[in-house]
Amino acid sequence: MSALVQVRDLSKVFNVSAPWLNRVIERRPRQFVHAVDGVSFSIESGKTLALVGESGCGKSTVARLLVGLHEPTRGTVSYDGTDATAALRSPSGRELRRRMQMIFQDPYASLNPRWKVLDIVAEPLREHALSTTEKELQERVGELLSSVGLAPADMEKFPHQFSGGQRQRISIARALATQPEFLVCDEPTSALDVSVQAQVLNIMKALQRERGLTYLFISHNLAVVRHVSDQVGVMYLGRLVELSDKAQLFARPRHPYTRMLLDAIPDIHMSGRSRTPVQGEVPNPLNPPSGCSFHPRCPHANERCKAERPALLSINGVFVACHAVEEGRI
Amino acid sequence: MSAPLLEVRNLRVEFPTRRGTLVALDDISFSIAPGEILGVVGESGAGKSLTGSAIIGLLDPPGRVAAGQILFQGRRIDNLPYEQMRAVRGRHIGAIFQDPLTSLNPLYTIGRQLTETIQTHLNVSNDEARKRAIRLLQETGIPAAAARIDQFPHQFSGGMRQRVVIALALAAEPQLIVADEPTTALDVSIQAQIISLLKRLCKQHGAAVMLVTHDMGVIAETCDRVAVMYAGRIAEIGPVHDVIHSPAHPYTVGLMGSIPAMDEERERLLQIDGAMPRLTNIPPGCAFNPRCPRVFDRCRIERPDLLAAGNTRAACWLHAVDMKVAA
Repeated sequence: MSALVQVRDLSKVFNVSAPWLNRVIERRPRQFVHAVDGVSFSIESGKTLALVGESGCGKSTVARLLVGLHEPTRGTVSYDGTDATAALRSPSGRELRRRMQMIFQDPYASLNPRWKVLDIVAEPLREHALSTTEKELQERVGELLSSVGLAPADMEKFPHQFSGGQRQRISIARALATQPEFLVCDEPTSALDVSVQAQVLNIMKALQRERGLTYLFISHNLAVVRHVSDQVGVMYLGRLVELSDKAQLFARPRHPYTRMLLDAIPDIHMSGRSRTPVQGEVPNPLNPPSGCSFHPRCPHANERCKAERPALLSINGVFVACHAVEEGRI
Repeated sequence: MSAPLLEVRNLRVEFPTRRGTLVALDDISFSIAPGEILGVVGESGAGKSLTGSAIIGLLDPPGRVAAGQILFQGRRIDNLPYEQMRAVRGRHIGAIFQDPLTSLNPLYTIGRQLTETIQTHLNVSNDEARKRAIRLLQETGIPAAAARIDQFPHQFSGGMRQRVVIALALAAEPQLIVADEPTTALDVSIQAQIISLLKRLCKQHGAAVMLVTHDMGVIAETCDRVAVMYAGRIAEIGPVHDVIHSPAHPYTVGLMGSIPAMDEERERLLQIDGAMPRLTNIPPGCAFNPRCPRVFDRCRIERPDLLAAGNTRAACWLHAVDMKVAA
């Protein structure tokens, strides 16, 4: 199987400088955030890659770069062999946009409250002129709604008449309208309650099986990631620190940050167990630490980690960016 | 068993609205022993935060306690006049809320907020209050507490702010702390730090905790007992281990099954179809009956009270005595 999505050295720098006048008067320098810094991965057709990390690690920026909501500062995204970054900017990008769709985190913010569900789900169909007559359009919307477990009659309602879980199903139906191959899901269940999260995750897995969808799944919840993904990438301060098979990652995490994250998860089957709390917090991305950005919190850090930034290397079939793992210290 | 620190008896909270009265909490009864950690878990709208607000006397109007009693150390606190309740709040019952940024005043330094709280409740000098404040900050693990005490909330990170809020809650040495989703706004690695800090400090200070959260994992590693809430009622209450490993209420069973587990592989998560009913149309009988896989006639007509079910108590007719005789 070949890779459907290939990301090479993807980077995004945001200019967060103060306004020009403030910079001049207060003698402040320009400031940049390296939100995503040299991220590379590929996703095979029909598989799910999950990106995990804490707030501010750049995982949502990667999602937005992939669908063209941001333009990368450096690096390329190729989709099915063609350069997606260039194509999305050109008139021919329309077809590409049809093939990749996005599901957002907050189902309360991502649906227009003044539109009927019919119009919301039909918008991509109208935009891409996929249905010619109004009757065909309604039939299609009805099918889409049933495929996510809602009733076709629901198309006459407005978003406020639905619960959070049902709204997220509407967003999934909208994303599926153009029959895409690739779905970018940015924390699709983190705004939902657990029992509703289970419903949405079950629907997403069933749809993947039926339609052979490829997912990029962004989440901070490792238990959810373990449930849905085939491959997992762990991000820290804009960089990928570990990329491996799901089974490998959970059974034998290599990078100290991955180990820390796994240790930090509260587990319902371990009542009374106290977690080993990790020291320190995520550093300010405006002023990231030198060398390996994890070194101030890492129990295995040495002089090299403080000075030299580790590259993502393949070690025993797992991609890890860590000097200690590379040198065999851990 | 020693006398309970807090006892809630048949608590009912109502919201009168133009379209009729909404019953947000109905017939809630539980108790917390001194030094005990009780978890309250449930999905959004189940009434878990409201239970906490009712106990600390901070129900948003028009919400009101319509029936039942809340007893703290044997004394009724649900009908206290505002000023008397203010004296209880903070001094005897501390509170920690979800968002540390909104529970701190952005215009005052951390030190001023802490000393203000300490001096409101305890009769100490300015110097003594400041010393106490620094000691509290040190206890909550804030580095260079003596220097940071004069900083403002915006100079602290989310995790550090939540530590300050914990210090504030403990400032007057209360016997009970109501913690409403204290870690929900934080990242997992910080969450672990805050939970273990809360657990350790409450043990040291001998404070009992009512921990309201939707995260079953946090409950599992923190609490002694847990109450599972559904549609404004307690569905099941009992020791944490029993509720997690042998849940008695079908809702608890579904809730446990819908959580993706770290130690097992499942193709499909157990799911409870449908959603929790809105307060405007709670079904007759057991509120869970339209979603329950084991529903029978009695569930649709008669509302179950908490019944003994193994080591826990569950509001479910499956555990009625005559059911067991029949089976």
